[in-house]
Amino acid sequence: MHDSILTYAKSRYLWISIVLCVVSIALYVWHDPAVAPNGGTWLGYTLGTIAALLIVWLMLFGIRKRSYATNMGTTRGWLSAHIYLGTSLILITLLHCGFQFGWNLHTFALVLMLIVIFSGFFGVYAYLRYPTLMTRNRESATRDAMLEEISEIDQNALNLADGIAPEIHAVVLRSIENTKLGGGVLTQLRARDGSDIAIAKIRSAMEQRETQLGAAPAPMQAGQTMIMMVDFLAGRADDKQAEALRKLIDMLSRKRSLATRVARDIQYQAIMEIWLYFHVPLSVTLLAALIGHIVSVFFYW
Amino acid sequence: MAERFKIAIVGSGPGGLSAAARAAERNISHVLLEAEPHLSNTIFLYQKGKYVMDEPAILPLRSPIPFEAGLRETILGKWDESTAKLKVNVRYQHEVSAIQRRADGIFELRCQNGRTVEAEAVVLGIGLQGNLRKLGVPGEDLPFVQYQLDDPEAYEGETIVVVGAGDAAIENAVALARQNNVIIINRKDEFARAKKGNEQAILKAIDDGVIECYYNSAPEKVEALSAGRKPGRMILNTSNGRAQILLDRVIARLGATAPRGFVEGCGVVFPSKDPASVPAISAQYESNVKGLYIVGALGGYPLIKQAMNQGYEVIEYITGNPVEPADAPLLKAKFNNLKGIGTVEQTLAQIQRNVPLLSHITPLQMREFMLDSDIRTPAQGEIIFERNDYTNSFYSIVEGEVHIVVEDKPAPVILRRGEFFGEMSLISGRRRTATVKAGPNCILVETPRRSMNRLISSVEAVKAEIDRAFITRAIRSRFAAEASPEQLQDLASGASLKRYKAGELVFQEGDEGDCLHLVRLGSLTISRNIGGKDIVLTYVAAGNYVGEMALMGEAKRSATARAAIATETIQLDGAAFKKLLNRIPALRLRLQKEFKDRTAANLSMQALPGGGDIISFLMAQGAGEATDILLIDESLCVRCDNCEKACAETHGGTSRLDREAGPTFANVHVPTSCRHCEHPHCMKDCPPDAIRRAPNGEVFIADNCIGCGNCVRNCPYGVIHMASKPPRKPGLIQWLLFGRGPGPGEAPYDPDAEHDPKLKKAVKCDMCKDQAGGAACVRACPTGAAIRISPEEFPAYAQSRR
Repeated sequence: MHDSILTYAKSRYLWISIVLCVVSIALYVWHDPAVAPNGGTWLGYTLGTIAALLIVWLMLFGIRKRSYATNMGTTRGWLSAHIYLGTSLILITLLHCGFQFGWNLHTFALVLMLIVIFSGFFGVYAYLRYPTLMTRNRESATRDAMLEEISEIDQNALNLADGIAPEIHAVVLRSIENTKLGGGVLTQLRARDGSDIAIAKIRSAMEQRETQLGAAPAPMQAGQTMIMMVDFLAGRADDKQAEALRKLIDMLSRKRSLATRVARDIQYQAIMEIWLYFHVPLSVTLLAALIGHIVSVFFYW
Repeated sequence: MAERFKIAIVGSGPGGLSAAARAAERNISHVLLEAEPHLSNTIFLYQKGKYVMDEPAILPLRSPIPFEAGLRETILGKWDESTAKLKVNVRYQHEVSAIQRRADGIFELRCQNGRTVEAEAVVLGIGLQGNLRKLGVPGEDLPFVQYQLDDPEAYEGETIVVVGAGDAAIENAVALARQNNVIIINRKDEFARAKKGNEQAILKAIDDGVIECYYNSAPEKVEALSAGRKPGRMILNTSNGRAQILLDRVIARLGATAPRGFVEGCGVVFPSKDPASVPAISAQYESNVKGLYIVGALGGYPLIKQAMNQGYEVIEYITGNPVEPADAPLLKAKFNNLKGIGTVEQTLAQIQRNVPLLSHITPLQMREFMLDSDIRTPAQGEIIFERNDYTNSFYSIVEGEVHIVVEDKPAPVILRRGEFFGEMSLISGRRRTATVKAGPNCILVETPRRSMNRLISSVEAVKAEIDRAFITRAIRSRFAAEASPEQLQDLASGASLKRYKAGELVFQEGDEGDCLHLVRLGSLTISRNIGGKDIVLTYVAAGNYVGEMALMGEAKRSATARAAIATETIQLDGAAFKKLLNRIPALRLRLQKEFKDRTAANLSMQALPGGGDIISFLMAQGAGEATDILLIDESLCVRCDNCEKACAETHGGTSRLDREAGPTFANVHVPTSCRHCEHPHCMKDCPPDAIRRAPNGEVFIADNCIGCGNCVRNCPYGVIHMASKPPRKPGLIQWLLFGRGPGPGEAPYDPDAEHDPKLKKAVKCDMCKDQAGGAACVRACPTGAAIRISPEEFPAYAQSRR
């Protein structure tokens, strides 16, 4: 049955991590070296070795995830262990260094590791929070289906606008050109689409016409198109065209809600992926720093 | 005066063409009558560039016409060539409308075009595709009225009227609407006959104004126009009166008339009403009408090579030359492990004598039956199949005995020569109910599901005998632990088979309970009316029984039972059952205990009203016929598509599941992926019988797939598609360090794919039966969102989701 990565196998790896941490703390408290606790005592070496092995093992998750035919447990089990053991690493490394920090490679490795772990925390948060939001946002449609509907609406709106007037056609065309879904990282994360500019213009033009029939157009909105539209509506439009215009607005509203949903869908997906672009490269950097840390330790001591 | 020939061959498909060619080769007076203006219409209608396979590979070809696997065009080209070279007497556009055998034994074949042909013998090779149904109104044969569509891209900017409301019509209309003005004519007011996807597509296209639809309308006539911009017009009868449409083209997709009516009109008798049944024909392919022979798919042989061999042989038989059938060496090889046998014919006869069930079938059916079957000579004690296996072949005991291991009973049930077993799984599509071991000197015939089902549907006596055995054994396996066979006899004799359509009531809450049902095929949902709404409490799979509650205490039904899918039950008489309970207290105790457990489970379901909704939702997705279904919890799924990547990586580069597609309810998502149905729709019409069920229940496609695409069309869930095998991927290290080829999880690419269409075969989920760790999609899911469960677990699953 379905259960989350945190409760996988009755939170087996949470208990393992807790035991690991408790034992480490107990040893640290019990251990009374001649100098202040540091990585050089036997406990320091032991914890350091455990931590280094853990880091290597945690990084193997990337390979396990891509070994699709392997029998080595489920990816879910690995991820659950990855999260809990990765978290316990914070304590183990702090105990390993005896809370000694400095402006050196060793602390650099520690800071890198903490960044990696905290980016992982963000990942866990994202994995727990966004899937539900994504489902709700999609309303049982797929992203492709929504995109398809948008392009269909675009096509129909253009046809409709064509029948009204060239000015309206231009506005709709601009709306289509302005609708940009996806794009760079920031665009994806901000969930902007720009599909609502044209519709706002047309709608306010409509309202204008209805509220101040015949009155002079209010100069509140800038833009050549706007003025032309209002002129057009005030002057030439007959009822049939107004009807078509209203239909056009309905269409564009539908499109806007779709575009917003797609943009949000992309945003959620981007959030669920973006942290990996920090988590993974930094963990490779960490591995390099870790090797540097180990080599330098053995070189200087 | 009609022309007279020795042999008239109707239909120029592989069978008919081969027969005509053999007759031409031997200088026998013959005529080949073909309805279309070209040879082999069925193959002619294959899509352009289709690769045609030549399964079964072990069967040698015996025909003057060449045939080997290749492109449709090449094959048709060679056939045209050799037809011309052999000077086959072909008459195109001679659609035979009636065949009559006169008192003097001469056949009269009347053609639609008014010609009549006489012949001493007739070979019927018209296949199963039938004639395309025409409009049936004046103008139906005008040049711009067509009944098929090869390439929708070929038309542009035309006004096209599509007539029909089936899948073909909808697919054509939607495809044509891309660059044409399309109007669809529907006789009814909805598109209920079409697949769901197609129905949605057409309704959407109509809503969007892309396609115009006339509902409740029928064409009255089609006319060619000499003036004006459009070449023709159609007059239409609509519910609001008549309408006229000016048009460029009419495409009518009205299905085909099954050839059965025509064949029966010739005097040929079909053994049963079942549409799958084939006419009984002799070992020489002669039907019950003397001098009328049947070859190819119509006689139950759907493969091209079989049909061609039969075409050759039938000419030899008609001319009195008793050739050995092409399959004789194959049969001989099958009989190799039998000691002291005579000829193939003698062995076949011996098997029929030993197994009374097989005595009902004709020698030719027997031959076909044995070609599909295997002879097994297991050593004493060898396990033939195990309890809970998902195999579904059928066994007949030719010699010796087998032992059925019954749980809780030390002594096995023994079946002896002439008996059969394995019918339970064959019928229910579910797991084996008992383990069967070979006894001394055991010789068995193992028959695959498809051949057995064909036999059951074409020979009434076989069906009756198997049904009788099924009832007795189903009752025995259910109550054998407490009751003796004699005690159960009463119950069995009062039992009857009941059939229910999907959604049909078996019994209703509050009814008087006078019987109980053993579900033998399909499944039921049990629901109660709570607060005016039907709340589904549980799901009952084949092999279980319902309705005993009312017989054990309360007299009224406490819940409603409804068929989730097409279902068959064995209805047991309530009075006989009560008598049995009174006689055997142990049985009463056991049933009471089960009754208590079930009531408790139902009550806890009732307390969670949302739970039943999940079961209802799953049932609506066709999960009622599933044996194993992939479910994704969308509150856990991070949309990484690792499941699809894992599937592709472990299955030659093509993912067999589409994670995103499919419906969602309360965060439970049913992705487009195989459910391994109890009675797989995909198996229904697989010419080489390449779709099988593995012992663990996986429905998979074997390598002998011929790429015909029938399964793709037959699957109601759209989980099978055609794919070619991409080239091998480089290893992880090679990709990582040297950038060779696509990486893990990346879509593979094949530069040769475009000019090499030959390897397109059907692919579907095989539940990773060849993967040691089990389903890759589930194992690759990092968050545990993907699980596979069987319908028996639905109630527990629904409860776990609160």
